[in-house]
Amino acid sequence: MREYLPILLFLIVAAVFAGSTIGMSSLIVPRRRNARKDSAYECGVDPVGNARARFTIKFYLVAVVFILFDIEAVFLYPWAVTFRQLGLYGLVEMLLFIVILLVGYVYLLKKRAFEWD
Amino acid sequence: MIFLFAGFAALLVASSLLVVLHRNPVTSALFLVLAFCSLGGIYLLLQAEFVALVQVIVYAGAIMVLFLFVIMYLNLRQDVERGVQTAIRRGLGWLVGAVLLAEAFALIAKRWQVGPVSGGPEMLEGNTQAIGRALYTRYLFPFEITSLLLLVAMIGVIVIAKGRGGTAAADDSAEEKP
Repeated sequence: MREYLPILLFLIVAAVFAGSTIGMSSLIVPRRRNARKDSAYECGVDPVGNARARFTIKFYLVAVVFILFDIEAVFLYPWAVTFRQLGLYGLVEMLLFIVILLVGYVYLLKKRAFEWD
Repeated sequence: MIFLFAGFAALLVASSLLVVLHRNPVTSALFLVLAFCSLGGIYLLLQAEFVALVQVIVYAGAIMVLFLFVIMYLNLRQDVERGVQTAIRRGLGWLVGAVLLAEAFALIAKRWQVGPVSGGPEMLEGNTQAIGRALYTRYLFPFEITSLLLLVAMIGVIVIAKGRGGTAAADDSAEEKP
């Protein structure tokens, strides 16, 4: 457990830094509001419409594919740390796992899932 | 150790409450990220390092992206639920909440123990190694089945998002944001 102490300290420092920065600026900042200042900042352009517009389904496709390969990568971690114990047996089973996912990858490629159109 | 557990648990309860109570769905989703991260901290305190990191990488990282996308697809501007459905949902919510509360009381009444379970066999190797050895020897078949599940999900998302013809079935009403 002791080796996680730096991470804990990092988390505490990050939380204190973010909290104190936002807290201090909200305490000492002068407030002179007008309509232009209160509007959303959009790179010098006046904001048009609602930011909560509907997105196309293409973003969702990318997100789902990301999750699937993320899960594949998660399975590689426990395999990698036990690789020497498992030997050839482990290599073959992981190859089988990856080949099955490779079929899916080729399918995605053929269906042009990675092209934006 | 007990202070860390109390801190993570308090953060978890507070952020979970904010998920349920906050009116803005996007803000709720971001508080769910915080809840997942503090849950990861609790897993770490239980010496389940692998589960803790998966919790952060997969749930807080990947699945919450999907949640945010779904919220944006549904285009929730205000609370849309009213009428009889709300009453049914409220009733169900109270029922499930009562069951969970009863479970929690039963757990507390029997034994109150936080932190890593003591008295078990001493762990000589890391948690991730133990998972790896179990997963790739004894649970080999479920592991290989997982790849088929992922394959099915890949094909499913293509069928849903691109349509059966293979051409992009673009929704004309959807405006694309750059």
